[in-house]
Amino acid sequence: MTYLPKPKLHHPELPKNDLGYTRRDYEGSISTLCAGCGHDSISAAIIHACYELALPPHRIAKLSGIGCSSKTPTYFLGASHGFNSVHGRMPSVLTGAAAANRDLIYLGVSGDGDSASIGLGQFAHAMRRGVNMTYIVENNGVYGLTKGQFSATADRGAKNKKGATNQDAPIDMISMAMLLGASFVGRSFSGDKTQLVPLIKAALAHKGPAFIDVISPCVTFNNHEGSTKSYDYVREHNEAVNFLDVILGRQEITVDYSPGSVEVVRQHDGSLIKLRKINSEYDVNDKIAAMEYVQKHQSKGEIVTGLLYVDSDSQDMHDHLGTSSTPLNAMDDAALVPGSAALAKLNASLR
Amino acid sequence: MKPIEAVNDFVVKFANVNGSGSASANQMFAKSILRMGVPATPRNIFPSNIQGLPTWYEIRVSEAGYLGARGGVDLMVQMNPQTWNQDVASIVPGGYLFHDSTRALPHGSLRSDINVIGVPLTQITSANYQLARELQLFKNVIYLGVLSALLDIEPEVFEQLFAEQFKGKDKLIAANVQAFKLGRTYAQEHLQCPIGLRVRRSDKVGDRIFVEGNSAVGLGMVYGGATVCAWYPITPSTSAVEGFTKWATRFRVDAETGEKKFAIIQAEDELSSIGMVIGAGWNGARAFTATSGPGISLMQEFIGLAYFAEIPAVLVDVQRAGPSTGMPTKTQQCDVLLCAYASHGDTKHVLLFPRDANECFEFGAAALDLADRLQTPIFLLTDLDIGMNERLVAPFAWDDSRHLDRGKVMTAEELEAGREFGRYTDVDGDGIAYRTYPGTHPTRGSFFTRGTSRDRKAIYTEDGAAYQDNMERLLRKFETAKSYVPTPLRKDAAKPTKLGAIYYGSTSDSMEEATEILAADGVDIDLLRVRAFPFNKSVDDFIAAHEQVFVVEQNRDAQLRTLLINEGDLNPRQLVRILHYDGTPITARQIAGQIRTSLGLDKAAQKEAAE
Ligand SMILES: Cc1ncc(C[n+]2csc(CCOP(=O)(O)OP(=O)(O)O)c2C)c(N)n1
Ligand code: SF4
Ligand SMILES: [Mg+2]
Repeated sequence: MTYLPKPKLHHPELPKNDLGYTRRDYEGSISTLCAGCGHDSISAAIIHACYELALPPHRIAKLSGIGCSSKTPTYFLGASHGFNSVHGRMPSVLTGAAAANRDLIYLGVSGDGDSASIGLGQFAHAMRRGVNMTYIVENNGVYGLTKGQFSATADRGAKNKKGATNQDAPIDMISMAMLLGASFVGRSFSGDKTQLVPLIKAALAHKGPAFIDVISPCVTFNNHEGSTKSYDYVREHNEAVNFLDVILGRQEITVDYSPGSVEVVRQHDGSLIKLRKINSEYDVNDKIAAMEYVQKHQSKGEIVTGLLYVDSDSQDMHDHLGTSSTPLNAMDDAALVPGSAALAKLNASLR
Repeated sequence: MKPIEAVNDFVVKFANVNGSGSASANQMFAKSILRMGVPATPRNIFPSNIQGLPTWYEIRVSEAGYLGARGGVDLMVQMNPQTWNQDVASIVPGGYLFHDSTRALPHGSLRSDINVIGVPLTQITSANYQLARELQLFKNVIYLGVLSALLDIEPEVFEQLFAEQFKGKDKLIAANVQAFKLGRTYAQEHLQCPIGLRVRRSDKVGDRIFVEGNSAVGLGMVYGGATVCAWYPITPSTSAVEGFTKWATRFRVDAETGEKKFAIIQAEDELSSIGMVIGAGWNGARAFTATSGPGISLMQEFIGLAYFAEIPAVLVDVQRAGPSTGMPTKTQQCDVLLCAYASHGDTKHVLLFPRDANECFEFGAAALDLADRLQTPIFLLTDLDIGMNERLVAPFAWDDSRHLDRGKVMTAEELEAGREFGRYTDVDGDGIAYRTYPGTHPTRGSFFTRGTSRDRKAIYTEDGAAYQDNMERLLRKFETAKSYVPTPLRKDAAKPTKLGAIYYGSTSDSMEEATEILAADGVDIDLLRVRAFPFNKSVDDFIAAHEQVFVVEQNRDAQLRTLLINEGDLNPRQLVRILHYDGTPITARQIAGQIRTSLGLDKAAQKEAAE
């Protein structure tokens, strides 16, 4: 277990965000994951991102499936409502929640087993439907919680701890997400906070389905020689296309990078994503090119990371359904119940 | 052979080909009888097919008001050569066969004990119409004209019905009236009209409405305040969602902005539909799904989550014959146990058993209240017979002083005022704890929902005592449910008797008719119609007060009986199975026959029961 000692009282000097909250206000209870588990770093990145965006913690709903990764919502955003649902079915629960109240921010947290194996169908359909959410897969190539079996994202030829080789083709969630209609797609590494934190911030500010695949090594079952999801392997094969900064509406953009290496993307909520490009050719708005780039590099054994695709004019499920701007869960009897006079008329039409 | 003579009391059956446009003509025929003031009950008998296979539409005309299936056919309107032999065989002696005589009779011996009425329908139609579509549709209207003459139904009634159906399309109205008259005139000129079966104007329909159960479920969901509907198509439940769509579109679209005060999501499967319903319920919206047995089977894991994590959800199960795909277009009451104990581990669920469309509306709206009050899944168990047939029922009623009861929900104000919140803490002994909607208060009232065990404050724990404490509270909640759900309705026989019968849902009309048949034979039976599970205490009292109780249901394994024995700790010998599960609705004669047989009353009863 990772024991992070937490004094009850806040340090008076802790910096506060625009809402007057400190980082501590975005934390959850103590993690019970293995020390060094990549998932804990992702929790820390989520805390960091929400703090920096100054999101009111209680306006975020965090949902997950089952797995070590899906346990993590307990370890961040303690003031938010959370829902640890059933294995592989977080997307449907989140979809229903999002239908009920369009005003909250939805954060779905899942694992590669949860989303690519048992839950592949729900993952796909939530993307297709355009649910307004940030969907993070904490991808370690194994089922951590059931002790290290290969998951569907394990690469062909990867070895498990006992030395057996995975023979099945891997599912690439990034390409799937792009294909299925996610309007924000990124990949990062749990060990790379500088890239991951702003990516989560941009995803949270995005309207529509935002998907982030985070390679997150399982130190207990998949961090050995021969694994393609180990800390070492990912560091060696990380092919970052960009790093980003998220700038909230009122802040100025100061270009401090060499021309051509910075691109600014305006999101639906007015926030700006400033991309520091590593690959100057890479165009985050071109889905087809992005898919090609990802596939090409993947076939070379490289892991492409960064913001890979974004559609800044995206729509979401509520736009498709034409639902009212007032959240459905906030409607009272007067808005919902037609009443007896309408019923009398209706009865008459059925005679 | 003596032709049957009957006024306002007979069965007409139409034999058609699926997809031939006969459905709306047949429905109009049923309506014409209702407009004559005579109760009529139609039933669709249809295959799992879109076009080409045989389909039947059976109408029981009963001035006495019997709405259950009767069995036997007095007038067969035979429009499908494929089923000629079986249709002819189903006519009762002295009955009538109406057929299209354009072509020579199909093979098969014609019975000498029935009355054959031939009309060259195809010939009349092709002499008057050219277009293929017209040929098909107007042929149906022409036979309505013939029937109006044969059965003495006032032509004005049909003219009125055409005017209503094609309101605003004067040309269509005129064309239909003309086709109708072609048939009527032919019959008057060539046949002896009326035949022995006649419809005579009466006043027995009253203010009742004519509506399908599924449509009523959809309306109940609108009135009950459902805003999220997630579903996956499956017969016979699909039209419940279509009903919700229709009524929500009528009542819940903002006139100015066009914004919808509802969301209907067609999911990728039933796992997803129930997941969405649970997500929406967790987030404070009223939500439901409609499905049938196969869908409930898929939803099992989620149902356990909703039970254990205590999330409101409404599941409409329009039952059809199982197991597996079974007979997907035939009726049964075969999911009672599946729903009562759905999911792994110790679970029990609230079930509601509406008898007809009126109760589909009432219980549908009530289910949403119950789900919020009890914070648990509520199953509305209807079936194909109720759901997919139009039936004469009491008009829908709504009390405007009624409020959507959201149950124990702690508000931001209460939290702000310092009210203590423990998501799984039973503060007043009814087993129901307070919940909060996500996003309520910046610092108070948040909690983590999970299917794993936790303590009274919703903190994860694997402590056995805390787990057991919670499971016992869930039982207390189930006790509370007994007084919240619709109560059983008792109807005692005219004379004191030691015999009782328990029944529920779509067998109700036949059961009640059967008691009259039995009473005429000197067998008196007290009746108890169960309307919900968990069973109210009056169910135990009823059983205790009778030596023998017949339990009438439409499944092989006597599922409600099992539930009664299991939950009431009863002696199984006291409860006698009265079963019928071939996919057709049980008839009064079958019930009476089985009861007489079980009482050893006569041999003839055995023959009737076998019908
Ligand atoms: C229906 C069902 N089947 C199997 C399980 C057992 N199970 C729990 S977690 C898990 C795999 C989790 O893998 P992943 O999503 O990759 O999470 P990780 O632990 O690797 O973070 C499995 C198979 C379950 N909880 N439910
Ligand atoms: S088993 Fe692996 S995934 Fe699970 S907590 Fe340990 S390191 Fe993390
Ligand atoms: Mg995993």
